[in-house]
Amino acid sequence: MLALHDGLVLGVLLLNFFVLGTSRLSSGIRSTALQGAALAALPAVLHPVWSFHKVLLVVGTLAVKSFLIPTFLLRAIREASIRREVEPHIGFVGSLLLGALAVAVAFTVARRLPVAGSEAELLVAAAIATVTIGLLVIVTRRKAINQVIGYVLLENGIYLYGLTQSDRVPFLVELGVLLDVFVGVFVMGIVLFHINREFDSLDSARLVHLRER
Amino acid sequence: MIVLLLLAAPTAAGVLALAAPRFGARAGTVLGVSLLHLALVGALWAWPGQGALGAWISVDALGLLVLSLVSLTFAVVGCYVVGYLRYSPPSSGAGAARAPRGGRAFVGCLLLLLAAATLVCVSQHMALLWVGLEAVTLSVAPLIYHEQDRRSLEAVWKYLVLSSVGIALALLGTFFLATAQQAGTPLLFADLLRGARALHPGWLQAAFVFLLLGYGLKMGLAPLHTWKPDTYGEAPSLVGALMAADVTACAFLGLARITAVGMHAGIGPFMQPLLLGFALLSLAVAATFMLGQRDLKRLLAYSSVEHMGLLTLGLSVGGAGAYGAVYHLLNNGLAKAFAFLAVGNIVLATGTARLEGARALLRRVPFSAGLLLAGLLALTGSPPFGTFLSMLLIVRATWAGPFRWAALPVCALLAVLFVPLAARVLEAAYGEHPAAERHHEGPWLTVAPLALAGVLVALGLFLPVPLREQLAAAASTLGGQRP
Repeated sequence: MLALHDGLVLGVLLLNFFVLGTSRLSSGIRSTALQGAALAALPAVLHPVWSFHKVLLVVGTLAVKSFLIPTFLLRAIREASIRREVEPHIGFVGSLLLGALAVAVAFTVARRLPVAGSEAELLVAAAIATVTIGLLVIVTRRKAINQVIGYVLLENGIYLYGLTQSDRVPFLVELGVLLDVFVGVFVMGIVLFHINREFDSLDSARLVHLRER
Repeated sequence: MIVLLLLAAPTAAGVLALAAPRFGARAGTVLGVSLLHLALVGALWAWPGQGALGAWISVDALGLLVLSLVSLTFAVVGCYVVGYLRYSPPSSGAGAARAPRGGRAFVGCLLLLLAAATLVCVSQHMALLWVGLEAVTLSVAPLIYHEQDRRSLEAVWKYLVLSSVGIALALLGTFFLATAQQAGTPLLFADLLRGARALHPGWLQAAFVFLLLGYGLKMGLAPLHTWKPDTYGEAPSLVGALMAADVTACAFLGLARITAVGMHAGIGPFMQPLLLGFALLSLAVAATFMLGQRDLKRLLAYSSVEHMGLLTLGLSVGGAGAYGAVYHLLNNGLAKAFAFLAVGNIVLATGTARLEGARALLRRVPFSAGLLLAGLLALTGSPPFGTFLSMLLIVRATWAGPFRWAALPVCALLAVLFVPLAARVLEAAYGEHPAAERHHEGPWLTVAPLALAGVLVALGLFLPVPLREQLAAAASTLGGQRP
């Protein structure tokens, strides 16, 4: 019988593949929203001891990761009227395969790392895989929005790793993660609107005026 | 108390500038706050015991040195901002020149940058240091986008994407560091040093790699430097001065802290080759890309890549190299700041930093051109500037250190690096240009950078005893010693 937290971690892992495989930007954003909800539930499920700090963490994560940022990104693609990723640098099938490879490597690495218990091992493996897939999305996709989605995946992976340390590392770091995602995407979003106005498209491949000639 | 004021004054003024631009968003605010900041840092030098605010926030030798650099350059930029915002381009002559804009975002973000950089310098907790660097990144972004045109948009986009990835990797490294630590308050620098031998070596190595990537990206070490020329090239020159002097110094502080922990934990043989690799690659990349460079600001950006490489070289060879690195951090910061401000005056007068337009400068803006020539001498490590001594220390420590062979390529690359920088700056100063009229250079725009150059010469001629003691203390934290 699969424990609830293992199910949640596996859900997070699978949602990465959904982002990798879809060309529809809105589906990608919704996957990150769902992923955020799973991440918000995890601290409560892993250590079911309630405190003010824990409630704040769960509510804060839920609000930022699965509501604020996705809403913001969805608004950005609506206003820029773009729906699909066209011609990523590595095709969807190829990036799915690379993602699978990342997961395999992550599990091998996590088994060798000195972490306590299979529960933490799964968390660490999922964290490494999510970080890697996030980087993959940032590098291989052309649309600026997709790079932001990749960055959100990267942050989610770091959050996942932070959960293994949450009983030792204080509060501040968790807030830092939230703040980071929020502010990072917020600032990026503002820039996106300007990119849209200036370049008539959200294609980061057109940002090529500054290069060495 | 002093530290609390150091943090609170720029934060409050920055928030005021953003919230109530009628009162706060003036050049005088930047000048006043940065002078207050400088006075407070002076007080910290006079009464060294006053620099603590609990275990998380206190000033040690490394932090104090970086803080002094930040404070000094900000005071100078504070003076410069007054002249910069008052500047009105001559109605005739170069049509490309535009009047500089101020505004609440400009003034507010400058002040918040000062607050964030101060936080980085005084934090003794690796997570707090990370938060500070994050705040530095975010407060710099609007300043880069100050011109609000296509090119600055592209620059700020590259900067944000790359540095937010870097900052994310650094956070992951910080988490790994927490995992490596089993005893003491998590991530407290003093406890990390004290219990360094008990840290788990595998996790510590992982932490070092990620922090090196994250903070190295913020420093602009090759091959993570690609944002640097674009960002420095498009940002207003005074922002370039602050980035090249202070933002890089803050990132170096992060890298220095994790290196110190690693040296005390005995993973030096793992770290040193990595640091050396980044250092040599930075020097080589700077030498390659400087050759064809026709833009003064981008030239300075590659020079910054070079000097970040030298700092990393000092860290990697240890011994007197660590002393040289901290000393060079101050010298390079001062040299970059006044060179960028000189280029800023040139851009104000000619409308461009590209060599096609910015030539014959000794005739058109003689004072700033003189400063730029001084900057050339300082950045290539000529006496009597302090950079001469610190670069010499680093090269000598390389020869004496574990990688004796590296001294040869380093010397060769430094010699190669001299050529393009000298050729371009001399072309800018003496080259031919049809425009003949001489531009007025106001005192606000010239006296402050000149003062910085004076400080740099003073550092090359004479090191006061307190400064020498702090340098030695910082070097011993890094596992080195005084030469």
